Amino acid sequence: MDKITHFVFDYLSETRLLREVKRILGDKVSQFVLDYVFYVVKGGLAFYAWIFFLFGLIGCLLYGDFLHATEGLTYTGMTSQVSDGLYLANLIFLVGIAAGAVTIVFPAYVYHHNALHKVAVLGEMLAISAVIMCILFVLSHMGRPDRLWHMLPIIGIYNLPYSMLAWDTLVLIGYLLLNLAGGFYFLYRKYLGLPLNDKFYLPLIYISIVWALSIHTVTAFLISTMPARPMWHHDMMPIRFIITAFAAGPSLIILIFLIIRNRTRLWIENEAIDMLSHIITYCLGIALFLSFSEVVTELYHDTEHSLGLKFLMFGVQGLDDLVPWYWGSLAANITAFLILLTPRLRKNYYILPIACILAFGGIWVEKGMGLLIPGFIPSPIGEFSRYLPTTLEILVTLGNWAMGFLILTILLKGAIGVLLGDIKYGKAMSVNNLDAGSNAPASMPESA
Amino acid sequence: MTSNQCTKPDEPATPCSNCSGQCMPAPQVETVDVSRRSFLKNTGMLSISSLLGTAALMTNSDDAKANMEWAEWFQGNYRLMSDAEKAQARARLERRYSREYGKRVTVDGTPALEGVLFGYALNIKKCIGCRRCAKACVEENNQSRSKEEDMEWIRVLKMEKGEYSPEKRNEGFPEGLGIQVGGNAFNPVGVMLEGEHYYQPDKVPEQDSVYMPIACMQCENPPCVKVCPVRTTYREADGPVVIDYNWCIGCRMCMNACPYWARRFNWSEPNLPKEQMNPVTHYLGNRPRMKGVVEKCTFCIQRTRNGRYPACVEVCPVGARKFGNLLDPNSEVSRIIARKPVFRLKTELNTNPKFFYYVD
Repeated sequence: MDKITHFVFDYLSETRLLREVKRILGDKVSQFVLDYVFYVVKGGLAFYAWIFFLFGLIGCLLYGDFLHATEGLTYTGMTSQVSDGLYLANLIFLVGIAAGAVTIVFPAYVYHHNALHKVAVLGEMLAISAVIMCILFVLSHMGRPDRLWHMLPIIGIYNLPYSMLAWDTLVLIGYLLLNLAGGFYFLYRKYLGLPLNDKFYLPLIYISIVWALSIHTVTAFLISTMPARPMWHHDMMPIRFIITAFAAGPSLIILIFLIIRNRTRLWIENEAIDMLSHIITYCLGIALFLSFSEVVTELYHDTEHSLGLKFLMFGVQGLDDLVPWYWGSLAANITAFLILLTPRLRKNYYILPIACILAFGGIWVEKGMGLLIPGFIPSPIGEFSRYLPTTLEILVTLGNWAMGFLILTILLKGAIGVLLGDIKYGKAMSVNNLDAGSNAPASMPESA
Repeated sequence: MTSNQCTKPDEPATPCSNCSGQCMPAPQVETVDVSRRSFLKNTGMLSISSLLGTAALMTNSDDAKANMEWAEWFQGNYRLMSDAEKAQARARLERRYSREYGKRVTVDGTPALEGVLFGYALNIKKCIGCRRCAKACVEENNQSRSKEEDMEWIRVLKMEKGEYSPEKRNEGFPEGLGIQVGGNAFNPVGVMLEGEHYYQPDKVPEQDSVYMPIACMQCENPPCVKVCPVRTTYREADGPVVIDYNWCIGCRMCMNACPYWARRFNWSEPNLPKEQMNPVTHYLGNRPRMKGVVEKCTFCIQRTRNGRYPACVEVCPVGARKFGNLLDPNSEVSRIIARKPVFRLKTELNTNPKFFYYVD
């Protein structure tokens, strides 16, 4: 396999197009790109199986988006009453994951947490993938994706400062650019073996920390600024969004870290994981408290505005589609919280992933469908209806996630390669170096 | 605009006359390609491309459609177009619609009327819930038809009158403790906005019900307009909130923001049978929509800007619906507001609707 890829690369690098690209980018950058790509596409059977699995789901996404573009959104379960569904729910959740990446960057650069500092770039890679997933979900959700150019600067119109969606697009794209710049600048300097220029890099990092808060705040404003939907019209929404994001985000990061620790030669220190599990514990606790406050405030006097929450928790007029999801997610969150609260369990890396999966899943339900659908049911004129995602909708959602995981896999693999020193300037691939992957470098700890 | 009527839609030789213009064969593929490519080279050459379209149309060639659609796709926000561009956009649509529906379709562009602010008043006491207004609206405004349910901008809410019952007088809660915190001696009475709008009685009005029709309230402070990321929906100077269907990106934020459930989304290509299509249209009003965009009531802008009543006002058999100029103290609406008890829905949301309910 390696020989084939190598042959293909050799062949490609001789083509005129690639030479042209090389000339424009400069030698070092194009060598970085080549080394990066070459490192990423190499892998074992499990790696290729994973990639092909993702490609299968991405096929579903392409088919679904093709149907959406040609036939409209008629194949989804959305209706005049429930005009947003699975797509927007995932979008909201994923903005949280993107923002949650700051739980690595913040302790690393503000509190100089050593273990996290070493792997901070992985958080940026996660943020990039999450934002791209958000954009993909937006495209699936839009009725006219072909008219996206109406939102471009100069040729389009931005309804600023009024439209929260316009703000949301701005901050999301900004966050993507910040992370691309920060992440790849770090990797590139590391690749060349040069120190970072702190005057450029640190401001970038500090801005992206504040920016991470802004993306999720604006996403909360997106729905909390609508008095027409009492379920969302809460001033608690932004803080709740951020708190749940800082529980779900690091949960995913811990899972990824544990996989990296077990499957690659990059060792992620216990202190890094413990720091993250601490953050999840606090944030999950606060999130549960906020949920509790909401329930008491809404249900104490039980006004018409609480109908959405009542529908979510108990069902109304015999419609109880969301009831098991609500209680399931609550149970998952409480279990995860109790596990994390116990130091012995939290530091047991066989039990910790269970808590992370529970917290991640629990928040996905709570903040996704569990928040979005009760905003539509009852409708503003008090109508109770049903929303069931269609198979196509579920496939497109899975496809979007698969696309995100594909990008994440590629970005993480390359970043790990750079961190390990496998991708390094001057250590350019040659046939002799091809099997370097199987030789453990000196930096690898024995305990792996 | 009449000068563009050179499509001869009724001529049997035109291949599109029986296939709604969707399955048009393109015998001169070369021409399409050339004009399309030159078009893509310079997207700024809008006028040239539509000229090409017109030229192709003059020669009665089917390729014209392709050109027209491209130019349509590239056009800007209607509100920001110059008068010439607006006229061009409307002419383009007239050509396309006339071909698609096989009859002469006009797309009006009458701007907001001077000294006019449209308002609506509905006598809730008179409404008998017959829903002729909703039907007339669909016929007038070219909504999508379907076997199960047409897309309706007007929904009539049926609300039970409810009652207090003497036997439930003691059914307080908590039960059996003697001291009650609350009572249960009622069935829903005077409940607002929890109506049923799928009612199918043999006869209207029903004894135990009151009816409250709703539609777009044409708010002076419309939440839907605020949230639109591309300003495709906006308030016109004479009152109605309109949508440029060609600029809408289908994000549906406006549907989330509307407290009156007045907006509808085209989940698929609208189904509008040729024979039922109303050919008298306005660019911002009842012209046929496309898939993936939002639509709503516009106070029948195509009628009211030309001195007619909205279709729902005209059709109401009991005269419950009144329409007029709020700036004219002698108009029917102004007099109703001045003399009758009026109320509006959800005014606590700072929407300031121009749709008044009243009793007499």
